[in-house]
Amino acid sequence: MSERVLMKGNEALAEAAISAGCKCFFGYPITPQTEISAYLSKRLPKVGGVFLQAESEIAAINMVYGCAGTGTRCMTSSSSPGISLKSEGLSYIAGADLPCVVINVQRGGPGLGGIQPSQADYWQATRALGHGDFHVIVLAPSTVQEMADLVTRAFDLADEYRMPVMLLADGLLGQMMEPVVFKKREENGKSFDKSWAANGHGGKRKHNIINSLYLEATELEEKIHERFKRYDEIKAKHTMAESYMTDDADVIIAAYGSTARLARTAAEKARSLGIKAGVFRPITLYPFPVNELREATKTAKRVLVCEMSMGQMVDDVRLALECKIPVDFFGRTGGIIPKPEEILEKLKGV
Amino acid sequence: MPDFQRPKSLCDIPTHYCPGCTHGIVHRLVAEIIDELGIENNTVGVCPVGCSVMAYDYFACDMMEASHGRAPAVATGVKRALPDKVVFTYQGDGDLAAIGTAETVHAATRGENITIIFINNTTYGMTGGQMAPTTLPGQVTQTTPYGRNTDTEGFPVRVSEMLATLSGVALAERVAVYDPKSVANAKKAIRKGFDFQLKKQGFSIIEVLSTCPTNWGMTPVAALDRVKNELAAYYPLGVFKEGAVRNFNA
Amino acid sequence: MADTHEIKAVLAGFGGQGILFAGKLLAYFGLLDEKEVSWLPSYGPAMRGGTCNCSVTVSDKPVGSPLITEPNVLFVMNTPSYDKFIATVEAGGTAFIDETLVSAENIRGDIKSFFVPATALATEHGLKGAANIILLGKFLKEVPFTSKDTVRKALEKNTPAKKPQMFESNLKAFDIGYNFI
Repeated sequence: MSERVLMKGNEALAEAAISAGCKCFFGYPITPQTEISAYLSKRLPKVGGVFLQAESEIAAINMVYGCAGTGTRCMTSSSSPGISLKSEGLSYIAGADLPCVVINVQRGGPGLGGIQPSQADYWQATRALGHGDFHVIVLAPSTVQEMADLVTRAFDLADEYRMPVMLLADGLLGQMMEPVVFKKREENGKSFDKSWAANGHGGKRKHNIINSLYLEATELEEKIHERFKRYDEIKAKHTMAESYMTDDADVIIAAYGSTARLARTAAEKARSLGIKAGVFRPITLYPFPVNELREATKTAKRVLVCEMSMGQMVDDVRLALECKIPVDFFGRTGGIIPKPEEILEKLKGV
Repeated sequence: MPDFQRPKSLCDIPTHYCPGCTHGIVHRLVAEIIDELGIENNTVGVCPVGCSVMAYDYFACDMMEASHGRAPAVATGVKRALPDKVVFTYQGDGDLAAIGTAETVHAATRGENITIIFINNTTYGMTGGQMAPTTLPGQVTQTTPYGRNTDTEGFPVRVSEMLATLSGVALAERVAVYDPKSVANAKKAIRKGFDFQLKKQGFSIIEVLSTCPTNWGMTPVAALDRVKNELAAYYPLGVFKEGAVRNFNA
Repeated sequence: MADTHEIKAVLAGFGGQGILFAGKLLAYFGLLDEKEVSWLPSYGPAMRGGTCNCSVTVSDKPVGSPLITEPNVLFVMNTPSYDKFIATVEAGGTAFIDETLVSAENIRGDIKSFFVPATALATEHGLKGAANIILLGKFLKEVPFTSKDTVRKALEKNTPAKKPQMFESNLKAFDIGYNFI
């Protein structure tokens, strides 16, 4: 398909996952991401794939562990409270160096929270998806088109670096419809080494072991160092960000995902009032696009971070700018979507 | 008569199991069956947390270590990706009947075409002998120092009987390994489990009453006697369900 | 009249009235006309028989916030929705109101309000369930941001394969609204 079609973010993501070669999906219903499951339950069996509704989020992520361990492209999706349940499995998947894609269509928290859009899981996604010394790559789409494009990217990055990749979306992106164009995937794209997979050795090699247990501390340390070297390579090669009207900007709004759309509208309104505003939008949240942010804020006198939370990404912005530029914050939380006008008001005060 | 040899599907390395522990016997039975069926090349085993956590080093087929209780979910992921491979889990009682109850019950009720070897030794062996869901009434453990009191700690779980009520189960059988005859019988049961799987006929679980001399504070011989006299009295040996469920994904 | 370069519509009513569908059709008009569009529903328990609404933007520029808090078009099919949203309409905006179901007390002088007995008209013409499309017809008459041809195509695209007769009845409903004076 190369025509523009109107689709919900959740559905566009699901369709793109199939064209990215996702063979198996394991999930559990939770608002506002259930359309992903519903869509895949319809489509995956028709293309020779597997859809399984698990008994719990915990089971679903462990099914992903088993499936990924065979070298098969697979995915699970959930929303905030469900991601907390998956954190044990995610830690094991990271510890066993398995590639998989995990979707978080964020809603308000903590606890059962609410079901409206939120960005309050930034810290969880970028710092603490589970116990232990590890990271996952975190990608943040901002449009329905990006919901589709980034899921493809996520599968490739996962395979290339043998690690989980999370798409951190929110209820707004999951539920809204926008035109999307499904790009034709290069058939002979990169093939990834899966010689580590536990899929039956066929008598042709020593048995493969998928494992995260290292009782020798030195061995475990070595393993973690090796993993962090990979993270360094990802930092060097794969950070992504978008800068909008930043060239001459006095003030930069830094925002990701849905909030970046609102920031854009606010910046345009500010420009029409004579305020030189621009928008910096990280697309990779881990690794955070530090250099891109520094570049985008070259002329800036101030930075305003906007989030649908009490302020989480703002930490990364401050760390990246090393206190060289003052950083303010504006956020709405609990499921409230900030209005561009509110951002503009805050901008005027900055 | 051929020499008594290590089955090909067991790696030639010493295990970490305590003297007198029956894990070794059950490992051997599973490996013998894998050899007899000629399926080592096509088998993936899953071992979660518990004394058998390092069984991935002992079996010569491809292996996965799973988090505590999640082996049936991990095995489901493997089997759904590779429906033609043989997938088994090897789980203890704390793993299968406490922290992993949900995964066990749902893999069973889905009729997931996998085979579970379930070691019931009425205690948490690896962490030093705490109360398990299978600990017998009155049994002293590290966390039931006055004996398991059913008023406060509840009753032992009879897993095979419970799972036998589920439509997805092709085989639920309890065996023991306290003497040569019971070992031979256990082997027959495990073989049946793999046969059901090879014919894509549903979920199979073989519960094996086993010893833990270290944490029971007994000699290996006394431990075998306890299995025969005490465990088998509370957990009767036998077949609780047997029969093809359906042609799974055939 | 609303600016046809950027339609920012809020559609609201009871679940089951086809509010989300009417919104989806609006978005489709924009899609087929090669414009930027977004459609955002209210979601969650609100869908279960309670009130429901959606925000639809059809614009020449990329859409910022898909959530519309100050619509230039309001489309309402029940009194609670009228009461909730009428004050949010931009001055100079337009409101389309199903007169059969809405008892409007607060009539704003700074917007243009069109009262259409859409539900009564639907019943009268044997088009039960198509009041949303009748109201949409009036909307397109007064805010002509797309062509009849596009409307026809959008209706075609959104006719379920299992109910092909829906196309003709929706087209008929659309015309009834379009020609309502």
